[in-house]
This record gives sequence, structure tokens and C-alpha cells, in this order.
Amino acid sequence: MSNITASPAIGAPRSLSTGAIITALAVITVAALLPLMLSTYHLGLATEVLIFGLLAMSIDILAGFAGRTSLGHGAIFGVSTYVVVYAVMTAGLSPLVACLLGVLAATALGAVFGLLAVRTSGVYFLLLTLALGMIVWGICLRWTQVTGGENGLRGAIRPALLSDYRAFYWMVLAVTAVLSLAIWRFVRSPFGLTLRGIRDSDSRMRSLGYDVSLHLFIGFTVSGLFAGAAGAMYALFNSFVSPSTVAVSQSVEALLMTIAGGVGTLFGAFVGSAAIIALENIASSYTERWQTVLGVTFILIMIFAPEGIVGTIRALVARLKH
Amino acid sequence: MSNIILSLTDVEVAFDALKAVNGVTIAVPKGERRAIIGPNGAGKTTLFNAITGVIQPTSGQIVFDGHTITRLPPHKRARLGISRTFQITNLFPTLTVGDNMILAVRGLSPRKFSLFGSPDADAGEARRIAAALEASRMHERANIPVKELSYGEQRQLEIALALVTEPRLLLLDEPAAGLSPAERSIVAEIIRSLGRELTVILIEHDMDLALGLVDFVTCLHEGQVLVEEPPSEIRNDQRVQEVYLGKPRHA
Ligand SMILES: Nc1ncnc2c1ncn2[C@@H]1O[C@H](COP(=O)(O)OP(=O)(O)OP(=O)(O)O)[C@@H](O)[C@H]1O
Ligand SMILES: [Mg+2]
Repeated sequence: MSNITASPAIGAPRSLSTGAIITALAVITVAALLPLMLSTYHLGLATEVLIFGLLAMSIDILAGFAGRTSLGHGAIFGVSTYVVVYAVMTAGLSPLVACLLGVLAATALGAVFGLLAVRTSGVYFLLLTLALGMIVWGICLRWTQVTGGENGLRGAIRPALLSDYRAFYWMVLAVTAVLSLAIWRFVRSPFGLTLRGIRDSDSRMRSLGYDVSLHLFIGFTVSGLFAGAAGAMYALFNSFVSPSTVAVSQSVEALLMTIAGGVGTLFGAFVGSAAIIALENIASSYTERWQTVLGVTFILIMIFAPEGIVGTIRALVARLKH
Repeated sequence: MSNIILSLTDVEVAFDALKAVNGVTIAVPKGERRAIIGPNGAGKTTLFNAITGVIQPTSGQIVFDGHTITRLPPHKRARLGISRTFQITNLFPTLTVGDNMILAVRGLSPRKFSLFGSPDADAGEARRIAAALEASRMHERANIPVKELSYGEQRQLEIALALVTEPRLLLLDEPAAGLSPAERSIVAEIIRSLGRELTVILIEHDMDLALGLVDFVTCLHEGQVLVEEPPSEIRNDQRVQEVYLGKPRHA
């Protein structure tokens, strides 16, 4: 024991520094106080920031830690939304059970995507997940008896307890905080380290005895679970779901949030989500062409801050410290 | 038979029309130090890829320690005790030396599946990591990101990663390529000090280095075994000189 602790611990420091804990608590406290300051409309936006931040974070598990960029997460997210709305409105289940079913469906879909995509990497992974997402979109559009086709599904599905928009926000904040902590813990687990190993060199991982496909499959499934949790909260938030919830644009927007925040920064997802949602709101009051604005934003980020907002700030802070 | 840990029978690896490995039959006894030499493009690395499962042979049979491994995926061969280094450095560049070693040591342990546990090395793992770093002269560098290591240190880490799981067969693909003379002698020293329970196959272009380390030499040429001899005879072998020594390749 003594000779282990005497030498410096092997590997990077892993426990949260006091500074990081204080920052996290401060951010959560401020976030918890927002309902006292914001209008209903702006609190709705803040709720969306949390929900989509969680989705962006689930993408970052794969993009930032396994080096696999998914363009299918909007579909995974949206399937959960569909299942929740359907389960409450048509099947008459309680919202809680519906949410669990939604997360389950998203996890299963993540597993299916994973099964098909794990043998690929780079642009092939991107295209394959894109294609899978489009299949899901096509099904949601055409399977009219269940999904309502283009009209989608609508209904007040929020439980009475959460009907107040403040209560709902606090619920979303609590769930998101717990789940992001879980994601943070997950990427720092021994399993999370194997994903980073695969990102750096899958051939070396194989030669060390790792079944790379299995690890990516597990990673994709876990990522799907968190995307599904975001999708379930979105169902309660929006009380409406249509094919646009599972559309490619949803995947692109969520991925853009991940990139804007900083791939591999994990919590940058919320910064990216806030930035994109703020921009969307400002832009949409001036122009109808939100997609164009989004595209231009994407290009600007790739040119001027490819490491994202949080990634760039981190790099600046690191440079100042030297 | 019992003495032979690795045997290849008529192994062929074809890339379209090119037979990179063309009917190779070799047998390596337990504990032997074997060099595989041969000019560029002779098929040495491809032979390693066939033994480790990176590439499946087009035909032929590979038996390791009584198991037919011809069609096994690489990670299953690693589990049987086959370990390798790469000609082109193949590490985890963004991770620290310590994390590289942790990944290596956990490749064969169920702990790699722990989803929420602590990622740090436990006492047993730390001991094995320390031993492998020590054996490859890499101790005291544990907390440095690999991309910040010198090339020579990266080559040493290549060996440390391959050693930490205590394999039974170690394949070294030009471990000293591109190193300074001083660094070469470190690598030679590392190889020389490996225990005899480990079988070592070494690909090396540097004759002085290779011949001083091994018991037996296989010379490949155009995917085929040209000669197999002890080191003392290789230097004077006419055929080897023709294909290999006669044409100096290193600056
Ligand atoms: N994946 C591949 N696809 C197609 N051809 C390949 C592949 N790998 C190797 N080759 C070809 O097979 C032949 C043998 O290559 P190999 O890398 O095994 O040679 P080598 O003996 O290791 O040479 P060197 O000393 O340069 O490392 C070469 O002609 C090479 O171009
Ligand atoms: Mg080679």
C-alpha cells in the first residue's frame, strides 16, 4: 500500500478539484434561481437549453470520447419523444411509465444503430448514422396510424404536479444535473477509458485484447439511453411530436451544439446548446431562414473556434497559466 | 511438437494479385529468440499481421500453443498470450503514459467493462505496470501525455505496452527503427533482459543489432522463406547477401 501511494498515481488526476466542485455548485444554484428572474417565455427557452444540452452531451460521449461523430442522435431522441406521447395519449399509461418506455425505446434504438455502425469510423460512421436516422424519420412520417404522419401526435401529457412551468423547469434541471454527473462519471470509468483508447487507436486496442466493436456497441447504447432521457423530457415539455423531431435537422442541430460547446468537453454541451438556442431566437425574429443562419454559424465555428467555446476558453486559460 | 509454441503451415496472404506472404512454413520453439529479416516489401510485417489476426491468411494454418488461430480475431489471439509492437508507432497519443499502460494491463481483465468504477490502477495493476515500465526503461514518465514523449521513448513505450500483460509470444516489428545508436542499444538491452519463458520474434533490418540478440534467423524474400539459419551462418550466406546485404538500404 505505502509504496503505491508514495509514487505519483498512475494516469491523469481524476477526482474533481475543489474549484470544479464549487463551479458546478455555483452553476446549478444560479440555474435553480432562474425561475425567479425569467419570464415564462425565457424560462421555456432555459428548459430547452437543458434538454438539448443533455442530448448534445450524449453525442459527446461518442464524438469526444470514442471519436465517432453521430448524425443519428436526433432520431434516437425523437423516438423517445414519440413513444412517450403515444404511450400517454393513445395507450393511456402514466407519464412516468411512458418516460421509462421512451428511454427504453431510445436505448434499444441506440443498440440497433450501434450494432450496424460499430464497424465503421470517420465519415462512414457519420453517413451510416445519418442514413439510419433518415430511415427512422421515414417510418415516423409514413406509419400514419401510430405516429399521426405529418400531423404528429399532440396532447397535454404533463402530470399535474409538473403543470406549473417553474416546477417543470426544476424537474428538468434536477434530472439533467443527475444525468450529466452520471455521464461525467461514465466517461471517466475504466470503460470510458477504453473508449478513449479506441478513439486514439483501435488497432492497438485490438492487439491488446479488446473487442473494439463490443466496446463501441456498449458506448452507443449508453449514449442512446441519455439521448432518450432528453427526448422523454422534451415530450413532457412540448406535448407534441412530429416527424421534424426525428428529422436530420434535429441531429444536425444537436451535433452543432456539441461542436459549438467543444467536442470532448462534456459540459460544453450546455454552453453550445445555450448559444445555438439563443442564436435561433434572435435570428428567427429577423429572418425565416434559420437553417441558413445555422449553416453559416457552423462554418464560422469550424474556421475560428474548431475546439468550440469551452475548448477555446480552456486553451486560453491554459496559455495564461504558463 | 510440444516444444513448438508457434507454427505456420503454408501460410499465404494475398492482396489481389500480390502474394505478400507466399507459402510460409516456420516453427518457433518455446523461449526462442527468432529474427525475421528480409528486404523492404519481403512480407515481414504482413506475416506479423497474419500471426496477430490483423489480416486473415488467404490460406494455410497457424497454430499457437496447441490452438488453431488461423481465423481468430486479434483480440482473441491477444487473450491466448500473443502480443506485438508496431513498425509505425501505434500508441494512444492523447493519453498519458500511465493511461496507456492501464489500457494495456486491462486488455485481458474484466475490469475494462466497469462502467462507473474508479479508473485508477489498483495495487496489482500498478505493480505490473511498474514492472513493465521498468523492463522497458520507462519508469518515472507515467504522468506525461504520450505525444510529448521523444520518439525514442515512444518506441520504448511500444514495448512496455506489449509486455505488461505478461504475454507468451512477443512480436517486435523493427523496434529500433529510426533510433539513434544510443537509443538502439537501450532497445537491445531491453530485449536481451527479457525472461526465457517468453518467446520473441524480432523483425529488424539492423544486422548487427538483430544477429547479436537471436538464436535463429528466418530470411524472407518476396513472401517466401529464403533461408533459415543460426546467426553465425547468416552473414556469410550467399543468397542472403544477394537479396539483402548486397543492397544496403539504411542511411
Ligand atoms: N494492406 C495492404 N494492402 C495491399 N498491399 C499491402 C498491404 N500491406 C502490405 N502490402 C504489400 O505487401 C508487400 C509486403 O509488405 P510488408 O509491409 O509486409 O513488407 P515488410 O517486409 O514489412 O517491409 P518493410 O521492411 O519495408 O517494413 C509490399 O509489397 C506491400 O506493399
Ligand atoms: Mg514492415
